[in-house]
Amino acid sequence: MTTNRSASKAVEDAPENGNATSSRRDFLKTSGFLVVGVGATSMAGPFSAIAQAPAAGQAPGPYPDLDFRKLDSWIVIRQDNTATFYVGKTDLGQGTGTAFRQVMSDELDIAYDKTSCVMGSTDVTVDQGGSGGSDALQTDGWPMRRVAAEARRVLLEMASAKFGVPVAALTVREGVISVTAEPTKTITYGELIGGGRFNVTLSGEDVNSVTGRASLKPVQELKNVGQSPPRDDIPAKVDGSLKWAVDVKLPGMVHARNVKPPVAGAKLVSIDESSVRGIPGFIRVVSKGNYVAVVCEREEQAIRAARELKVNWQNPTAASFPRSEDLFTYMRSATPTFSDKPQVVGDPDAAFAAAAKVIDADYEVPFQGHTAFGPAHATADPSNDQMTIYSNDMKSYGLRNGVAKFLQMPRDRVRVVWMDGPQAYGRTAADDAGFEAAFLAKEIGRPVRVQWSREEETAWDTKGPAYAVRMRGGLDGQGSLVALEYDARAADHNHLGYNEHDTVLIAQLAGMRRAEPARGRASVPSDKYTIPNRRMLGSVVALPLVWETPVRTGNLRDPDGPQVTFAFESFIDELAAAAEADPLEFRLHLLSAGTDDDGGFRRARSLAVIKAAAEAYGWEARPSPKPMASGDILTGRGIAYAFRSQTMVAQIAEVEVNRRTGHVWAKRLVCAHDCGLVVNPEALRRTVECGMLHSLSRALHEEVQFDTEKVTSANWSSSPTLTHADTPERIDVVLVNGDPNPERPDLPHYGAGEATCKPTLAAVANAIFDATGVRLRRVPFRDERVLAALQAAGV
Amino acid sequence: MISRITLKVNGTTHDLDVEPSTPLLYVLRDDLDLRGPRFGCGLGQCGACTVIIEGEAVRSCVRRVSTVAGAEITTLEGLAVNGTLDPVQQAWIDEQVPQCGFCQNGQILTAKVLLDRNPTPTNAEIREAMERTLCRCMTYYRVQAAIRRAAKATTPSPANAGQGE
Repeated sequence: MTTNRSASKAVEDAPENGNATSSRRDFLKTSGFLVVGVGATSMAGPFSAIAQAPAAGQAPGPYPDLDFRKLDSWIVIRQDNTATFYVGKTDLGQGTGTAFRQVMSDELDIAYDKTSCVMGSTDVTVDQGGSGGSDALQTDGWPMRRVAAEARRVLLEMASAKFGVPVAALTVREGVISVTAEPTKTITYGELIGGGRFNVTLSGEDVNSVTGRASLKPVQELKNVGQSPPRDDIPAKVDGSLKWAVDVKLPGMVHARNVKPPVAGAKLVSIDESSVRGIPGFIRVVSKGNYVAVVCEREEQAIRAARELKVNWQNPTAASFPRSEDLFTYMRSATPTFSDKPQVVGDPDAAFAAAAKVIDADYEVPFQGHTAFGPAHATADPSNDQMTIYSNDMKSYGLRNGVAKFLQMPRDRVRVVWMDGPQAYGRTAADDAGFEAAFLAKEIGRPVRVQWSREEETAWDTKGPAYAVRMRGGLDGQGSLVALEYDARAADHNHLGYNEHDTVLIAQLAGMRRAEPARGRASVPSDKYTIPNRRMLGSVVALPLVWETPVRTGNLRDPDGPQVTFAFESFIDELAAAAEADPLEFRLHLLSAGTDDDGGFRRARSLAVIKAAAEAYGWEARPSPKPMASGDILTGRGIAYAFRSQTMVAQIAEVEVNRRTGHVWAKRLVCAHDCGLVVNPEALRRTVECGMLHSLSRALHEEVQFDTEKVTSANWSSSPTLTHADTPERIDVVLVNGDPNPERPDLPHYGAGEATCKPTLAAVANAIFDATGVRLRRVPFRDERVLAALQAAGV
Repeated sequence: MISRITLKVNGTTHDLDVEPSTPLLYVLRDDLDLRGPRFGCGLGQCGACTVIIEGEAVRSCVRRVSTVAGAEITTLEGLAVNGTLDPVQQAWIDEQVPQCGFCQNGQILTAKVLLDRNPTPTNAEIREAMERTLCRCMTYYRVQAAIRRAAKATTPSPANAGQGE
């Protein structure tokens, strides 16, 4: 059994039957309900909402929120002794659906392969917020374990009543309860409740604290946790059978393409619809404010119409942004729109004045895109005065709520059917496309599929904010770090939230946006170094054009750890070099000095991952850079470390730098990773590998480029990404996962994915320095930039 | 000008009335309901839309449908034989390659063409053959491992027997 990415599937196939009753029946049959022979009104659990009064037309509804305090909202057990878990999260390709099945089957005491998991669709799963912050197991693992444990408790009580013995006299194994003293007396979960409701009310103030009366198993009793069952979503992705959000087809569906302003901030003056009226299949041009879309019967017709539509735009008189090559000069001279209160430890000014050696360095990370592999898309069905949106949006519940507000529809008339899609890594344009599809469907009165183009996606998706960081460090006569200053400027004014009805792109372009931009933020490093005098400051700056701009920021994996850690961990390396110390030893020394954190918890685990990375790599202690080699290829190694929440990460990169071409190859990567309790080690390893390589791509290739009016890096040629040729020859992932304190061996699970992305940029930069003696302080390390730096240094 | 075009896809012949300049991708997806080939760029740069035509990995987003009339076209759905996955697909599952999976159509079909031509590629040959097939989840390391695994599976030799990755 599987993680069913398609509660959606049957639902969305249903309208093609053109019969609401049969569609529900098919759906329930798919879900295994009709086999138990109960009528629609007695449907259990998550499908009760669907099973209510049949609506006229194609779509059932309304779609009220599921009650998180009902056990039946979370778990359904069928007569064949299988269980389905309903989880209000989305799986973006890291295998969280499989992981939920592992933790829940353990607590329920049912065989893993007798379970399935339905995720993310707003009308069949409780709103757990969808995905974000790598928190699926860290936050949501707990309520899911508790509801599974509660189901087990209730089933044991039912068996106790049936057999007339106390619960303590029962044994349960893989969904079969037996009387311990009389092992022939057995009954399955399916026989006890199959197809029926638990009718158990849970407690808890909110969805994260929901609980029953059962207690959780100690970690030693978890059997599926720590195993690596293959991810259940992979076969359908490999054989072509999976139906993705991009594959949705509905009767009467039409195709829309956006027509974006040709330059940022342009205002719509007029549209010449006659320029496309002759295109076969043309239906309509829809516009509101500066939002323009064409709608046609067929996809290729809409593409042509979007290309050929004549629109008269009025360009803005002022430059919308500096040219990307002038970005950091601009950021340093701009007046911040917001500054955090500085975090100060000790007396940095006095310490710098007394230091034997003071060094300064500026680091720069440009805007980098999400650049989803599949451009944004969504399909919306306006049937029956409702709105169903088929979307891969990572926050399906937020999309539902936002669209309801945007269209001024009751929330229970809007639902989002979540389906698989291209990687997200934060706030992508899937949000924007979902709103656009719903808006257009309402305008046209037919189901509408919106598909962004590659150029639109790459130019207009949200970007990770650019950072300009000024660092200063002071060493005493013994080479100890006595003072450090971190002063970051982030181009993050008007940082976009998720699915906000008044900040999504169509709201901006259509003149329906809020007045006040979001403040944005500038982050400071996450480390446990003991530095007696330290000042850390973050400020936000704005580009001239704040709204209706393609250079807009949103959460991109972490969401700013890669930038911050690049500056900070590169500079720690510079200080180690200035102190003529081994960079790994230098870090261990900085970590070993203090006990001011949570009982040494983070600090001890930080030391452990650094040591584990060193051991896995075979680190040889010596200062960087290494003596200059002869020949074209220079090799070196670098280390960097960071943490996020309670997940500790240390990475080592080994690079080859071609001194003739400037080309950098990360030949080997090592990651030591401690995210507490690991549910599925093999799935985690792959998530860590891919997270590192994503940051390697950001280190080597990625940069949003623009002139003063538009993004100029808008396809895979002008906006390069990591390729097969860049792939390391070897990647080692060491799962450390433990607390060195023997008093507390059982760690909870912490968020695993995003922490991985933080140190890679610095590890690569530090390795390049080790190889060449040249310090690269500007990302990305494209060949021409590296070559220029090598030549300037005479390498 | 709508024309009648005959397409042979995964062993089935289809007669379709389409605009001859329509990219093959949209015909496969919208008229033949195939899901394997996907839109990624429309520029022939990423590989998401890859299909196999007469033994070549072809980017269907930039191939006019009129140019492939009558040719044998294989999509991801057509790779399995009588319900048995192609060794490349099996290697993808065994190696647990995909993250989101959106690009894997292109990875798998490009690898299939590579292995059909060169059953025992070197690492350098794998990198070269796969170079223009992009993945934003960065599954490259496992893709390359899966290609080596599939190569071993399809070319049994005593020296390779029993070797895992």
